[in-house]
Amino acid sequence: MTGHSTYTPKSGFARWLERRLPILGFIHESFVAYPVPKNLNYLWTFGAILSFMLVAQIVTGIVLAMHYTPETTLAFDSIEHIMRDVNWGWALRYAHANGASMFFLAVYIHIFRGMYYGSYKEPREVLWILGVVIFMLMMATGFLGYVLPWGQMSFWAATVITNLFTAIPYVGNSITTWLLGGYSVDNATLNRFFALHYLLPFVIVAIVGLHVWALHVTGQNNPTGVEVKDIEKETVPFTPYATLKDAVGLVVFVGLFAWLTFFVPNYTGHPDNYIEANPLVTPPHIVPEWYFLPFYAILRAIPNKLIGVIALFASILIVAALPWLDTSKVRSGVYRPAFKKFYWVFVFVAVGLGYLGAQPAEGVYLIAARILMAYYFLHFLVVLPLLGKYEQTLPEPRSIAASLGEAATPEEKPHA
Amino acid sequence: MSNATKAEPNRRDILFLATGAAATVAAGAAVWPLIAQMNPDASTLALASTELDISAIPEGQIVTVKWRGKPVFVRHRTKQEIEAAQNVPLAELPDPQADSARVKKPEWLVVVGVCTHLGCIPTGHEGEFHGWFCPCHGSTYDTSGRIRSGPAPSNLEVPDYAFLSDTKIKIG
Repeated sequence: MTGHSTYTPKSGFARWLERRLPILGFIHESFVAYPVPKNLNYLWTFGAILSFMLVAQIVTGIVLAMHYTPETTLAFDSIEHIMRDVNWGWALRYAHANGASMFFLAVYIHIFRGMYYGSYKEPREVLWILGVVIFMLMMATGFLGYVLPWGQMSFWAATVITNLFTAIPYVGNSITTWLLGGYSVDNATLNRFFALHYLLPFVIVAIVGLHVWALHVTGQNNPTGVEVKDIEKETVPFTPYATLKDAVGLVVFVGLFAWLTFFVPNYTGHPDNYIEANPLVTPPHIVPEWYFLPFYAILRAIPNKLIGVIALFASILIVAALPWLDTSKVRSGVYRPAFKKFYWVFVFVAVGLGYLGAQPAEGVYLIAARILMAYYFLHFLVVLPLLGKYEQTLPEPRSIAASLGEAATPEEKPHA
Repeated sequence: MSNATKAEPNRRDILFLATGAAATVAAGAAVWPLIAQMNPDASTLALASTELDISAIPEGQIVTVKWRGKPVFVRHRTKQEIEAAQNVPLAELPDPQADSARVKKPEWLVVVGVCTHLGCIPTGHEGEFHGWFCPCHGSTYDTSGRIRSGPAPSNLEVPDYAFLSDTKIKIG
């Protein structure tokens, strides 16, 4: 979309630079003049919140790396060294660990917002898929980082997750040995996990760049799901309108982040991770971090190893296929009464799987996990394709302006 | 000059093919060490075998030794445990294997103590079959280390080992 105004350099230096590298104009077009639909609600502030969290994680992570030692006999102690000896080390580490939780909280809200308002639909398929790629990179980065403190949960999380690859027929064991650099999780594993944990956030930055690029080509979706028809009337410039709204959302979000970091810093963690890694003793009850629980529940729900691993990966990859699985012509859930009900059932199922992922895999918990897992896949493979065909949708507004009860522009008046 | 309809390779085609071939070989040669460096290094491979004196292990007890960074269970089985392991009809087993094929001497069971599901360490003398129980995802093994229930696909692995004497074994 093209903006309200084009950039005109004001100072002599800006004019000089603009003729040689038009970066100021690019920033102006992208983050100042860029037109955003004027009916966006606070759910649309999570893009900015996620950008903030990515930067916060990289900054805290880089300074933590200055004090951490990726070696099996020293790693656990170096974490305690950070907590006790390093100036502000406790604050930096708690901010980084809880920052991961907040990052995932924000990304889940962002994803569910996209699902409700149909943000994945034509022409935003590539934008959506790039988002799923970022989500998967976040999961990989979060997992790798969780291993670094070298506590019991770190060690056994690394063992269980790398052993997922042993499910691959014929070459699984060789691949796992190659990933670990040995026959079990050991120093070679810890060292490479640290290297990759440092690398992947920058890969995420690159994909976020593509994600934002794709967003700026298609323009933002909005609660009505109706595309902008009149840039003058239906959009406002990114700065100050979106910038300020994002800032307000961010302040509230950071408030929650600060509460978690300063008042209950170990709330999302697991006490067993304060026991140093012991390759000969598995803790009696292994659970991943909360943000992996729904997928962990799916893995455990299936009594066959290979199929369980396939289901785990399928449950993430299927999200990327949403643009083609949801066949409805109406984009926003606001005008889809039946979809709305199924949407909230799906949210309940996803959260329910998260709850079950934290419970022991036995008895009623296992049965419930199987039922919810079946529904999870049914939602994508059956409910969404059929809803698109049979749902009685409500009439969409003719335009964003019309949805806000504003007078129609001359072109929009129905032909007599 | 020459016949224009005939597609004779010219100098540029040969340069193109030769450059492409050289680039492919060079890329392969460059990528190989980058990938191979991730495999176990020489110091890891050197930790190949472990010896253990088994005379101090009383009947009914399981001793865990570390081999290649993994636990190995050496179990001095009781008469009931041996009988239980030998008397199971093979048809009942998810991964059928006779007890006799898994031990060198019936009193001594040696298995790698890593659950074949996702690599946790099972706890001994627990579970329905009093062999092992994996706390991670609930797999149960019998007194021959064979999988009996749960998500694990196969029996606990029997490592290469040998009786050096009546009281000494070498694993690996």
